[in-house]
Amino acid sequence: MTKQQANWSPYDNNGGTCVAIAGADYCVIAADTRMSTGYSILTRDYSKISQLADKSVMASSGFQADVRALQKVLAARHLIYQHQHNKQMSCPAMAQLLSNTLYYKRFFPYYAFNVLGGLDNEGKGCVFTYDAVGSYERVGYSSQGSGATLITPFLDNQLKSPSPLLLPAKDAVTPLSESEAIDLVKTCFASATERDIYTGDKLEIVILNASGLRREYMELRKD
Amino acid sequence: MNLADSTPAMNSLLGSEADSQRTLYPYVTGTSVVGIKYKDGILLAADMGGSYGSTLRYKTVERLKPVGKHSIIGASGEISDFQEIMRYLDELILYDNMWDDGNSLGPKEVHNYLTRVMYNRRNKFNPLWNSLVLGGVKNGQKYLGTVNMIGVHYEDNHVATGFGNHLARPILRDEWHENLTFEEGVKLLEKCMRVLLYRDRSAVNKLQIAKITEAGVTISQPYSLKTFWDFSAFKNPTVGAEGSW
Repeated sequence: MTKQQANWSPYDNNGGTCVAIAGADYCVIAADTRMSTGYSILTRDYSKISQLADKSVMASSGFQADVRALQKVLAARHLIYQHQHNKQMSCPAMAQLLSNTLYYKRFFPYYAFNVLGGLDNEGKGCVFTYDAVGSYERVGYSSQGSGATLITPFLDNQLKSPSPLLLPAKDAVTPLSESEAIDLVKTCFASATERDIYTGDKLEIVILNASGLRREYMELRKD
Repeated sequence: MNLADSTPAMNSLLGSEADSQRTLYPYVTGTSVVGIKYKDGILLAADMGGSYGSTLRYKTVERLKPVGKHSIIGASGEISDFQEIMRYLDELILYDNMWDDGNSLGPKEVHNYLTRVMYNRRNKFNPLWNSLVLGGVKNGQKYLGTVNMIGVHYEDNHVATGFGNHLARPILRDEWHENLTFEEGVKLLEKCMRVLLYRDRSAVNKLQIAKITEAGVTISQPYSLKTFWDFSAFKNPTVGAEGSW
């Protein structure tokens, strides 16, 4: 009697792309709002961005149910932190928490591909990029999700980021202004939408700076 | 190879004694549910079929049910799991009522509860094999959401499960608009259900439409749709290829 194989998968890929770019005193986090399964679009208006703390915003693509569960776990942990420390978590602290939370489920992972963006303790923009099981690093910009393979080379070209192997370490944060970075993000998504079937419908952009948090939207192709 | 299956935790779950304790595949299933928001609230439609594989075994299965005062649920997938979900919901509503504090669970809360239940069962590798539609109105706010057996959930102005996603959603994307009247909404749903009847093998021609407004829930008596087989291609199907069928 051969062992029964499961004929259902606990995972699904609901698609979508996320991007984050760090500036000298701002951070731009963006994601499309399309949610798909297989060759169908489930909804055109679903946010993948979640504000975890005052100065930390996470964008996640992948399996939507896991993404939502991850957002809830982090929100709950942040609330406990606030009760215990009487202050907001800093972005680097949240980055470590996200990594630990992902690794906690190393043997039944959250199928979530995350970029965490925000302002560090000095007010400079920071971006952290993750894989599904929590390995992370701080970078100047990052892209995750179905359109990442299309966007990352374009960002490499436009942002001319210094090699992380240089000594002394050169800052990867972009010298671009906030509005230039936002335009760059819009260009990334317009291009990715052309060639990636899972990216499109609408773009949600969150901008974090000293004055707080701001949201912008842009229509994308719906085909 | 599924790496997640080879851990010590998974071995006992996937052993044959544990198999009899977990849902492996569905037996009696319902097909699509379609839902739309309209001017006064939400409309849901589902046929009354319960299929046993390829046999249309049961033809009077009520797949649309009210939940508390403010919501209706429609289910596709395994019917026995839907009955289990109704037991969970009845208990949820009972405890909500027993507080007797003038508060009551709205559709958003019920949808969130269902999402958590479905996701938690998926985490334990023992899913409730359903795709659910949850709609309702509370304090003038309309809500329409859906959740499936692995916990994927979202809300929108129109939703559908199963085949409805492929056949009904495109029609709704083209013809749905804000402030449909009740008659327009029913006509739109019937158009979707008719296409499903033509093209979904598990559909039966006996359906119910459920309406929920601020005033309350109404689920229609079962009725059938008129179908149209007068197309010339149906009259002489083998013209152009005599001998085929």
